Amino acid sequence: MKDTIDVVINGEPRAIAPGVTLLELLGELALDPRSVVVEHNRQIVRRPALGDVRVAPGDAIELVHFVGGG
Amino acid sequence: MVGTGKYPDNETMVGAIEASGAEIVTVAVRRVDLDRSKETSVLHHLDPKHFFLLANTAGCYTAEDAIRYARLGREAGFNDFVKLEVIGDQETLLPDVQGLLEATKVLVKEGFKVLAYTNEDLVTALRLEDAGCAAVMPLASPIGSGLGLLNPFSVRTIKRRLQVPVVVDAGVGTASDACVTMEQGVDGILMNTAIAAAHDPVAMARAMRLAVEAGRAAFLAGRMPRREVAFPSSPTEGMLD
Repeated sequence: MKDTIDVVINGEPRAIAPGVTLLELLGELALDPRSVVVEHNRQIVRRPALGDVRVAPGDAIELVHFVGGG
Repeated sequence: MVGTGKYPDNETMVGAIEASGAEIVTVAVRRVDLDRSKETSVLHHLDPKHFFLLANTAGCYTAEDAIRYARLGREAGFNDFVKLEVIGDQETLLPDVQGLLEATKVLVKEGFKVLAYTNEDLVTALRLEDAGCAAVMPLASPIGSGLGLLNPFSVRTIKRRLQVPVVVDAGVGTASDACVTMEQGVDGILMNTAIAAAHDPVAMARAMRLAVEAGRAAFLAGRMPRREVAFPSSPTEGMLD
């Protein structure tokens, strides 16, 4: 059995540990949950719920923030 | 209102925003750089307590995408306002008004305060107002073109006919463009490239502030009527024989 699962983060395929929550995933990526917005399979997951949602194989996750724009 | 894109560095950006006197600052929603080769978040440089941040949906070509970006922006941001862009053409970046109206209706229902970037078409502006936009933002000329106010008549007409604020968005190139735009009576201007791409952005930001203030003051003062013939300023009587 594989010890990782395949997901897509910001359009890039990635192998991550099974069973992690979105909050733990942000921690692994060294991202501050207060400074990013998480979209999980096209659904926005609000900050307080990040610890409740577990990442499953094949999930698509988008991590976005504000950049300069007009 | 000023944008935060295309600045040579963040220090110049903050200096320019402060010099511009802008009350609202726009930002875009993009993916986080996962390998952290660079820190791209503007929030490290803009204090949301100090600036009113307005998320945009720049780069979206469908109503569906624009709605998705608006929701992400609301989640990332600090308010319900969104500068809604639905682009219809890659070369001119002119708006897709059908997509814009569609997205506006959905977002207004979700409680967004929609500021819609549109062309300078009165009927579209009226439809956007009917759809519940908080403000309508007709362009002066295409985004980033710096061509100035190409259709003062249309912008003036939009301002005259709408109840909601009218803010000209895009196309201002230099201070005189900003002044002429404000002289049409509009409520404000959103600009980015004219400041960010100037040789000295901070100095241009100051010029823009003065131009916006001058244009507004001139509008309120009420200009003299135009006439096709000369009319002397000095008395015609009392001339020597």
